[in-house]
Amino acid sequence: MELFVAQIITGLANASSLFLVACGLSLIFGVTRIVNFAHGSLYMLGAYLGYTFMQVLPGALGFWSSILLAGVSVGVIGILVEMLVLRPVYKAPELFQLVATFGVILVIQDIALIVFGPEDLLGPRAPGLRGVFRVMGEPVPKYDIILLVITPIVALALWYLITQTRVGVLVRAATQDREMVSALGVNQAWLFTGVFGLGSALAGLGGALQLPKGGADLLMDFHILAPVFVVVVIGGMGSLPGAYLAAVIISVLNVFAVTYLPQSTLVLMFVVMIVVLTIRPYGLFGREEVAGEHGQVGEPERPIKPASPRVQLLTSVFILLLAMMPIYSASFSLVFTTDVLIFCLFAASLHFLLGLGGLVSFGHAAYYGGGAYVAALLVTHANTPMELAFLLAPLGAGIAALVIGWVCLRLTGVYFAMLTLAFAQLLWSLVFQWGEVTGGDDGIVNIWPSEWLKPTIVYYYLTLLFCVGGILLLRHIAHSPFGYALRAARDSKRQAESTGIDTRKIQLLAFGFAGFMGGLAGALFVFSKGSVFPNELEIARSFDALIVVFLGGVKTLAGGVAGGVFFKGIEDILLKFEYWRLVMGLLIIFVVVLAPEGIVGSLRKGAERLNLIKSKDM
Amino acid sequence: MLRIDAINSFYGKAHVLRDLSFNVCKGHVVALLGRNGAGKSTTMKSIMQLVRPSLGKITFKDEDITGLPSHQIAKLGLGYVPEDRRIFTDLTVVENLLVGRQPPREGAVTWSQEMLFDLFPNLAERRNNRGKALSGGEQQMLTIARTLMGNPSFVLLDEPSEGVAPVIIEQMIKVIGQLKSEGLTVLLSEQNLHFAQAVSDSAVIIESGMKMFDGTLEALNSKPEIRDAYLAA
Repeated sequence: MELFVAQIITGLANASSLFLVACGLSLIFGVTRIVNFAHGSLYMLGAYLGYTFMQVLPGALGFWSSILLAGVSVGVIGILVEMLVLRPVYKAPELFQLVATFGVILVIQDIALIVFGPEDLLGPRAPGLRGVFRVMGEPVPKYDIILLVITPIVALALWYLITQTRVGVLVRAATQDREMVSALGVNQAWLFTGVFGLGSALAGLGGALQLPKGGADLLMDFHILAPVFVVVVIGGMGSLPGAYLAAVIISVLNVFAVTYLPQSTLVLMFVVMIVVLTIRPYGLFGREEVAGEHGQVGEPERPIKPASPRVQLLTSVFILLLAMMPIYSASFSLVFTTDVLIFCLFAASLHFLLGLGGLVSFGHAAYYGGGAYVAALLVTHANTPMELAFLLAPLGAGIAALVIGWVCLRLTGVYFAMLTLAFAQLLWSLVFQWGEVTGGDDGIVNIWPSEWLKPTIVYYYLTLLFCVGGILLLRHIAHSPFGYALRAARDSKRQAESTGIDTRKIQLLAFGFAGFMGGLAGALFVFSKGSVFPNELEIARSFDALIVVFLGGVKTLAGGVAGGVFFKGIEDILLKFEYWRLVMGLLIIFVVVLAPEGIVGSLRKGAERLNLIKSKDM
Repeated sequence: MLRIDAINSFYGKAHVLRDLSFNVCKGHVVALLGRNGAGKSTTMKSIMQLVRPSLGKITFKDEDITGLPSHQIAKLGLGYVPEDRRIFTDLTVVENLLVGRQPPREGAVTWSQEMLFDLFPNLAERRNNRGKALSGGEQQMLTIARTLMGNPSFVLLDEPSEGVAPVIIEQMIKVIGQLKSEGLTVLLSEQNLHFAQAVSDSAVIIESGMKMFDGTLEALNSKPEIRDAYLAA
């Protein structure tokens, strides 16, 4: 019993920063509809800045002022990010802004590395709060008790701001219909900036407050991201009480898990999320998301047409050039091209789901990494011949996608996206923690292709065959009756159903097929590298694909492939530099601001404006 | 007071307004008439720049407002009451009014909550109810009251009679009369000819985004062929 109470207190204290960060994210999403991937980076900056201020300011007063100062500074940084990066892209298609926030993650990672160095920083103890209190005989750190008090105070202050002030009323009104708020004479641009600043400040505060319990390191941005998204989704996007309750549930459960079932810690929160979303599809206190209700319906989707003869000719020439590559280039560029091709297939499979299906998956790495692991496991544990493993891998990924899709497709919009992310993380945690079978962090090595496929040139042709074939197949399906039905379900689910299309079945099949193709890319990957590690299943890998699809252009058929070539090409050049993330991040932001339709979409618009092509081409 | 000069607006590729021009003089109530899909709501939205006209010019109080952000147009004293009401359903009646509040404006009535509750007694009873709990008529009153909180000198009323009960329509007629007597200028889009005739000084008829008639109500009444051609029976 005593231990039980002490653990609940620890859990509640841990919930503190999680809640602060999550409610900032929730607030930002509620008003601006931006899924701010960079929220973890703001949290990290809060920790580093708090640490820096604490080095300068002495005593208890200095400690607490440092935390406040960190919050304020991060708030200002958030305002700058909003004004410089996000303002230009509010008009872009929904979710496109998250690409910009991904760019911000990269930039902040390198800036933090440059300014604060690569060493992990151990957080200073809070002056005067070093010891423990005895609660029913069990020691509870004094700082935990303080956190326990601070969080409800911040929550109450926020509640007051949101429910009792005109600014709060405006924020809530804008959450529902920002265009109308603007028509009533409120400058929503400043409202957005203000909310983004406040949300960022809360993230910074959360980062600084956890210093005595944790510290500051360069990985904390991605580490907090998953729990924070889970909390926001469990609570219901945009709901503060929901975020608080969810933060408490997750943190308390986590403390118990550490004590009684340590293997479960990584998986636990995702299981909770899956359970909650299965029962309440919009989180504990969330509201159904209705597409377009926020006055931001973009341009209608363009119909897609089969490639014109000109485009077909260009594509054929391009494929021919690829096929003749072994003649005119060195073997290292063959290896590089193999990588690019595999990545393009991976991106194209996500693009199929996202562009044609309108199904935004945040966890597509599950199928790519999943396919790679299926092949690797078969080879390692079942001595499966390479050829058979290669064929079974996409099948395994496809089946996984069907199962996961079956659960996720009950939800829509951001909840759907988050649930796909949760499943991807679940898979990642399984692989990461089940060391005996998967090798855990050490991965699985020695997964080489059969003798006859080993030469670089042969494997290159194998990749070329499957990638080009796969991409053409995906494209072909877009023009098939199945593709029509899929697009109909995307554009108007209800109308599609009333014409007799079983939209759920169509979407599930599309999900499974995209998973299958992702798995194929994964299988090609594992045999080309000879090994696979858990990072192929990571959030970061899913984001790579997502960024590529958005950068290339969601609404264009060639978007995934174009984005893939662009991304891999740039990455290959930039990786040679020490601060490649900074350059890459700036470049992404630059492209996002300059080409809000994605590369292909913006090129097409530009060409149309110059009358180079008619709108039917491409 | 409001001058619309050859505007052309598009929804995607659909050409909705074609060289539409008309004026609204200070203190007048002008009815914008036309069938469903004639472009009435698009005209209203174009004035507020919620739809950006690709050609043409709109001036309000001698100031060119084409291309201005909507909130700046509202700040000049143009109040917009949308056709689909768009009240904030999660906010209470009082909070809805609070969103509309703007500082007092010279040359326009300064509305307080209590004055609006006098004008719309039904709302007073429901002041702490959420928007979604209101009936259609009450929502219509709320959206008008919310716009009046901004102390506009000119109100764009988009189909105020649509989908509300006849008693409410009678009440709306009274309210518009009262607003006019206080010096407010109104552009009102309507399909209900009876309603338009009860409140307006003059009418503009549009069809497929083109102007078909522009004149006083007497002139319109003397030309039944126009009425029959462009307005639903």
